[in-house]
Amino acid sequence: MRVLQESLIELLRRTSAEMPEDVQRAIARALELERQGTIAESALKIIERNIELARRKSQPICQDTGSILFYADVPVGFDEIAFAAAARQAVRQATANGWLRHNSVDTLTGRNDGTNLGPGSPALHFHQHPSPGTDVRLILKGGGCENVGSQYSLPCERLEADRDLDGCRKVILDAVVQAQGRGCGPGVLGVCLGGDRATSYAFSKTQFLRLLDDRNPVPELDRLEQDILHTANALGIGPMGFGGRTTLLGVKIGAINRLPASFFVSVSYMCWAYRRQGVRLNPDGGIERWLY
Amino acid sequence: MIPLSFPLTEEHIRALRVGDEIEFTGLLFTGRDAVHKYLARGGALPPGVDLRGGILYHCGPVVLKDPDGAWRVVAAGPTTSAREEPYQAEIIAKFGLRGVIGKGGMGERTLAACAAHGCVYLHAVGGAAQVLAECVNRVRAVHLLEQFGAPEAVWEFEVERFPAVVTMDAHGHSLHRDIEAASRAELAKRL
Repeated sequence: MRVLQESLIELLRRTSAEMPEDVQRAIARALELERQGTIAESALKIIERNIELARRKSQPICQDTGSILFYADVPVGFDEIAFAAAARQAVRQATANGWLRHNSVDTLTGRNDGTNLGPGSPALHFHQHPSPGTDVRLILKGGGCENVGSQYSLPCERLEADRDLDGCRKVILDAVVQAQGRGCGPGVLGVCLGGDRATSYAFSKTQFLRLLDDRNPVPELDRLEQDILHTANALGIGPMGFGGRTTLLGVKIGAINRLPASFFVSVSYMCWAYRRQGVRLNPDGGIERWLY
Repeated sequence: MIPLSFPLTEEHIRALRVGDEIEFTGLLFTGRDAVHKYLARGGALPPGVDLRGGILYHCGPVVLKDPDGAWRVVAAGPTTSAREEPYQAEIIAKFGLRGVIGKGGMGERTLAACAAHGCVYLHAVGGAAQVLAECVNRVRAVHLLEQFGAPEAVWEFEVERFPAVVTMDAHGHSLHRDIEAASRAELAKRL
């Protein structure tokens, strides 16, 4: 239990302070592409310096350390109750160490008790799998980017979006234009086609667990991902909405079944401060290896 | 890079244009959602706080207390400003602000208040919590901490060469409005 708790504290620290390599590569590419002497280039340079400083000082990349979303793939017979208790203690300790902000507010009273613990925080998603290993992935998702996420119900008359892939394309691009720079771009879209309202949003966020430079194995979705990425980057919104060549660093889309009556498209936006890490745990709860 | 320092005069502010990169040195006050609602609904500024000629920073920092009792700023980037749009114009007018720092830009009412009262909106790089925390030399004071909690409190930071970009100036220009219009036009060509 103690070992597991220490592993989760280290997962929280590293996720908050160290940018995954795939995201760093994407940001470096964006900086190369940007026109010299522009405010977009200045912004990307500050972003690069910030990533380096956070890692070196072991402090949060962004002060909004976000919603704490754990995704645990666990074997049959795994003790989820003990894991949840360890996760809560780890969150409490990571908060005391300054790796997480006092970031969880009682919605009824407005009180923030400074622990990050309460109904819904941290959020734990367990998924049983048929292998003996335990993989724990963590996303810290800030409020600025969460607020620009949106859900569409097709058909959408305002956007002339029908119930087909072209309709999906129209609403996803609408979400990009609505967001402008407010989600701390250049960002990444996690999109779900289908589902009910709740599962659709939840599934859209699991897209952020994919590597930024992977390709979708479903040809139609792969084409849509590449199309949205290139089209969004031609709109000139740019880093922070300052104008420029990189509006999105990536687009990840998944599809799940829907009811005949419903056709939801859920768009989650992740800021450039793409805090996502994961660990494979050994049977005593120690970290066997890092997943990203 | 245009250096600015506290306190700011109307002349300093009117000389700024959209796209100017600035570095601010001096006293900075944080204030975000709870403070804006509180002030706009008639709440009084904490004793000793005077925003006249000053800048309000939309920021909810991570701050730790060292064993000697001093506050240490661990992370301090900007938060999304759009949420303060219902309140900002009134607060600019009532408290004599010369600048607002945040991210994502603000709307037409704030833009009009900037023009009427000689104020600018300065965009810091969202998420750049470490680069911006490095600019804070000292926490001078904190107010409303018990009432609103650490992220929502009013922190007085002494900052040095804090970088930001003018994206809404005191002459009615907004980079956000321009980029939004241009990007919508580009999208229309691609649908």
